[in-house]
Amino acid sequence: MSILIDADTRVICQGFTGKQGTFHSEQAIAYGTKLVGGVTPGKGGGRHLDRPVFDTVHQAVADTGADATMIYVPAAHAADAILEAADAGVGVIVCITEGIPVLDMLRVKAAIADLDVVLIGPNCPGIITPDACKIGIMPGAIHRPGRIGIVSRSGTLTYEAVFQTTRAGLGQSTCIGIGGDPIQGLDFVACLALFEADPATDAVIMVGEIGGSAEEEAAEFIHDRMTKPVVAYIAGVTAPVGKRMGHAGAIVTGGKGTAEGKYAALEHAGVATVRSPAEMGARIAELLRV
Amino acid sequence: MNLHEFQSKQLFRDYGVAVPEGRVATTPEAAEAACAALAGERWAVKAQVHTGGRGKAGGVVLAQDPAAVAAAARRLLGTRLVTHQNGPDGLAVAQVLIEQTTEIARELYLSLLVDRATERVLFIASVAGGMDIETVAAQTPERIIQVRVHPAAGLQPYQIRRLAFGLGLEGAQIKALGQVMAGLYRLFTDCDASLVEINPLVVTASGELLALDAKVNLDDNALYRHPALAALRDPSQVDARETEAKTHALNYISLDGNIGCMVNGAGLAMATMDLIKLHGGAPANFLDVGGGTTAERVAIAFKLILSDPKIDAVLVNIFGGIVRCDLIAEGIMQAVREVRTTVPIVVRLAGTNAEQGLQILADSGLAVETAEDLTEAADKVVAAAGRAAAGEIR
Repeated sequence: MSILIDADTRVICQGFTGKQGTFHSEQAIAYGTKLVGGVTPGKGGGRHLDRPVFDTVHQAVADTGADATMIYVPAAHAADAILEAADAGVGVIVCITEGIPVLDMLRVKAAIADLDVVLIGPNCPGIITPDACKIGIMPGAIHRPGRIGIVSRSGTLTYEAVFQTTRAGLGQSTCIGIGGDPIQGLDFVACLALFEADPATDAVIMVGEIGGSAEEEAAEFIHDRMTKPVVAYIAGVTAPVGKRMGHAGAIVTGGKGTAEGKYAALEHAGVATVRSPAEMGARIAELLRV
Repeated sequence: MNLHEFQSKQLFRDYGVAVPEGRVATTPEAAEAACAALAGERWAVKAQVHTGGRGKAGGVVLAQDPAAVAAAARRLLGTRLVTHQNGPDGLAVAQVLIEQTTEIARELYLSLLVDRATERVLFIASVAGGMDIETVAAQTPERIIQVRVHPAAGLQPYQIRRLAFGLGLEGAQIKALGQVMAGLYRLFTDCDASLVEINPLVVTASGELLALDAKVNLDDNALYRHPALAALRDPSQVDARETEAKTHALNYISLDGNIGCMVNGAGLAMATMDLIKLHGGAPANFLDVGGGTTAERVAIAFKLILSDPKIDAVLVNIFGGIVRCDLIAEGIMQAVREVRTTVPIVVRLAGTNAEQGLQILADSGLAVETAEDLTEAADKVVAAAGRAAAGEIR
């Protein structure tokens, strides 16, 4: 068991024949993901990586029965790609692309609000259920099937959490990178709710960072609704005010969105926090032993 | 990307938002000449720098005659203005804005930004204009009014009325506020702004609305579709190393400490800074070398870090995902040889082929310390920086 994706998920790639799309599709296939085809407008009817290429997402869905997509198209075309996938009814839309204008995402989110689709990202590493389905740019080899759910705003910090839980012998149920942009698809609260309901997940590691108020909302949700243990780490204690720390969403403005404020909210809600990113795995192992 | 006040005000004019008449000057002579062009009896001389708090820092001077305008311009131009919002080095003043002064009846506050929580463009208004809006929000939240615009519906008349009555405007001022709000909303969406702020928006003695100050920040991700706005970038207002990093598509931010950091991934880069602090050190920079790290990028990043004279030690923290750590190790070796640095370097590699990578560094004969986990790496680099700093003092 897992959340959102499993060994039966049928995945297509948008931006299939591009450099990024090709590389990460190859990686996904090698990992065992059921990659059933891809979309590159104008190249429909051809084949790529021994799979069919389609002009539109609608055709791809009709022909392959795809229920998930991974998007690797350039930032200027990414909003369009997400909306096309949503219109075609693809249930899980994973947008890896970084650098999408904020107002594009604002319009996309308003447009898909009433549709029965889940958007992950943009500007994220993607989602993986170990040994079952990999949709994204994460290194497959560091993952092990297990019972820890991981949700994170950062790519390499997700890998850090994965690596530590693998070393601790715990493994992961599903890992989701929700992305570092100010406006994104699935948020912490939605992911925590999915992990809480997933019988295959025993505990969750949540990796937050400065900016916005998603961690504070997560703290409230954990306090009110979660029975499973959660370990949280927040990056950016040392980040200066007003500077964008790589991710467009990682910026402290006017004293809001600080790491200390987020830690305080999480600790107030009774969440186990770690101040060192090196201690995420050890702390969750400790919680599960008790 | 931030715009200067005079650039923001030009955008305001383009969108029908009233601003005082003004001229930009780069010399005292031009500043004096501006008085004649503008007419009036009293002028404001305003330093053009990308920071708030200019008034308190002496960056805005009121002058009663053209000679005083020239004197104020002479005093400001060529200096670096330090305000409570920027660093101790201040920002270079290369231009001043000379404006007619205005008889003020009331000072209001108006801004637009993207509200992440509700995913809408948000108008914030307050009767407490001219003050630090964060202070107003914290101490007197009842003096803040907000309306959120749905992207499909756009700005609605009721939202304008809500702000207008909330601000205590009357008669023609209500319509004037509508024009300001409609203009700013169009500006915000047309230009892909991330912040538009007027503080203060004044009601003049004759009852008109005028944007006395103007601040516009643009979404860097959208600049590709606004080449004319992108051309307004002023590199003198950004740290030189940050500008250099940008040309190599590296994310670099200068900080106050003495331990240089080179990391892949923004989150891990922030976490590495935090870890150094947690172990008693101080990071000198944030640097994300990005996902597709190559030997060349590692070398460029190294040079950038070492160009900061504060550096006493460097921590390299790479989580090899798609990128193999043995290739990263070779890149580090190449960079260290090329840069010929004597600064102690600690390298932590994890992920794909990490062991081979660490072995390559151990066998290289270079003075590079290696670490297998984050904690060990942080301890080693803080100790090395401490030794290097102590050596300098002796």
